[in-house]
Amino acid sequence: MSILIDQHTRAICQGITGKVGEFHSRQCLDYGTQLIAGVTPGKGGQRVLGLPVYDTVAEAVAMEGADATMIFVPAPFTADAILEAVDAQIGIIVAITEGVPILDMVRVHQEIKNRPDIHLIGPNCPGVITPGACKLGIMPGYIHKQGPVGVMSRSGTLTYEAVWQLTRLGIGQSTCIGLGGDPIVGTSFIDLLQMFEEDEETEAILMIGEIGGSAEEEAAEYIRKYITKPVAAFIAGRTAPPGKRMGHAGAIIRGGQGTAAEKMQALEAVGIEVAQSADDMGRAMQRAMGR
Amino acid sequence: MKIHEYQAKELLRDAGVAVPVSFVATTAEEASRAFEKLDGSTAIIKAQIHAGGRGKGIFAEHPEQHGVQLVQSAREAAEVTCRMIGNRLVTSQSGAEGRVVRRVLVEAACDIARELYLGIVIDRNAGLPVLMTSPAGGMDIEQIANESPEWIYREAFHPDRGLQPFQVRKLARQLGLQGPSARSADPLMRPLCKLFVDLDCSMAEINPLGVTSSGDLLALDAKITFDGNGLFRHKQLEALRDLAEEEPAEVRASKAGLSYVKLDGTIGCLVNGAGLAMSTMDLIQLQGGEPANFLDVGGSADLEAVIEAFSILLSDRNVKAVLVNIFGGIIRCTTIAEALIQAYKTIGITVPVVVRLEGTEVEQGRQMIDASDVNIIVADGLTDAAQKVVRESKR
Repeated sequence: MSILIDQHTRAICQGITGKVGEFHSRQCLDYGTQLIAGVTPGKGGQRVLGLPVYDTVAEAVAMEGADATMIFVPAPFTADAILEAVDAQIGIIVAITEGVPILDMVRVHQEIKNRPDIHLIGPNCPGVITPGACKLGIMPGYIHKQGPVGVMSRSGTLTYEAVWQLTRLGIGQSTCIGLGGDPIVGTSFIDLLQMFEEDEETEAILMIGEIGGSAEEEAAEYIRKYITKPVAAFIAGRTAPPGKRMGHAGAIIRGGQGTAAEKMQALEAVGIEVAQSADDMGRAMQRAMGR
Repeated sequence: MKIHEYQAKELLRDAGVAVPVSFVATTAEEASRAFEKLDGSTAIIKAQIHAGGRGKGIFAEHPEQHGVQLVQSAREAAEVTCRMIGNRLVTSQSGAEGRVVRRVLVEAACDIARELYLGIVIDRNAGLPVLMTSPAGGMDIEQIANESPEWIYREAFHPDRGLQPFQVRKLARQLGLQGPSARSADPLMRPLCKLFVDLDCSMAEINPLGVTSSGDLLALDAKITFDGNGLFRHKQLEALRDLAEEEPAEVRASKAGLSYVKLDGTIGCLVNGAGLAMSTMDLIQLQGGEPANFLDVGGSADLEAVIEAFSILLSDRNVKAVLVNIFGGIIRCTTIAEALIQAYKTIGITVPVVVRLEGTEVEQGRQMIDASDVNIIVADGLTDAAQKVVRESKR
């Protein structure tokens, strides 16, 4: 067991004919992902990496039975690509692309918010990996190891850092998800906490947040109420100068929330083991698990 | 992307939002003529810089002069403008150096009975744009949110449907607008929400929004920020960008697709990913050093962009040592290694460089650095990298 994706996941890549899409599709295939086709409008009939390319997601689903997609199309077309996947009933949509206009994501969010059958990860994210089974994203596969820790993060490279620390401590991961760094993303910490809590293989959860917004505070409250498994956390940006990095919007709406200190306090207050530096993430998880 | 007040007011005027009559002046003579064209007894001279807090701000060269001033004659308009143009206005948001004023706005003074607040941002939780209003006009919205959040009235709207007439009526009622003021709320709020969506704004603020003694609503100040990711849809907005208002190194960085923020320390940082970049800064401070910058080379940087990144961070004379911290995902460690080696040859790096590489193509990247003749200190892990670069920066 794991969450979102496993060895049975049949995935396509939207934007497979681009340089970046092709490079990472190859990496996913090498990892063992069942990547079965690609989609690029106007390039249907071609073959890339030995895989068939279709003009539309609907065709790829009809012909190959895809149930997940990884999106690398350029930012101006990303929202359309996501909505095309939704229209084709693809349940797991992983949007890697960065630089998507925020109002495009507003429209996507309104379209999928009442669709529990659709899980959008991203955009502007590293993707999802279930170690040893399926990788849909740009994370380096070799740093992962199968095991009991569910990892979720708002950052990309910081997730790799955390995973690598866990692996070197001999602690494997059930599924690792990068939520994406944009103000509006498809999946929240709370969505994933619920899935990790229900997943039998996941024994503990590592959450990696950063300054801005209030996702970590809301997650802390959810953990206090509903999560029985050990949780460790880290917040990036303790020393970031105020005003420079913090989005005006997030700060206004929640009236003062958003600094690293406040987030760490909120997490510690509900008994979560908080890592003291980015180098302490793996050990914090170890402490929380009582190993 | 930020723009000036006078530019924001032009956009509002074009959208049909009521703003006071005004003219832009770049010289004392233009200001004097603008005053005469306004044909009134009183005008306001407003220094145009991107930083807020202008009314309370003072000029470095003329400490008696504030950034916003009422004038009562063409001659006075010229004198005030003369003290502003070419001089540095220091406000609570401008930094200690202040910003050089290149233009002023000469605006008709209006008879204002009440001042309100009105702003639009994207609400992350609702996943929608939200119009926020408050009777506490002229105050900083963050201050209102902290001190009296019950004074903020919000209405979220779908970008394709816009703000609905009933939502305007709700807000007008909450703000205590009556008669002509309530009627003039609709032609102000709905076009503003439409403009926010049409131009891919990330923030639009009218603070204060004036209620005149005859009951009309008037945008007395205007601040608009555009979503950088949406600019490709609005080529015409590029002309509104004022590069003189931006940190030169940050402008260079944004042209190369890099995210750079200059800080005051001595350790240059080149990192991929915002979270890892922030954590690297945190670790440097934990080890007793001070970061000279935040620099995220992003996910899709190519060789040229990474070389440009080195060049930008080395252009800061305070930099005594550099920490390169890369955990390769999209970006390959080989790209970083090649850029580093080329940067040594083309820019001539004279400060110590500590490199920590992990991720995609890490072995090949490390081999390239080993095989080259450049003098790079290799680190293993985050704390080791931070310790080494702090030590080097203090030599």
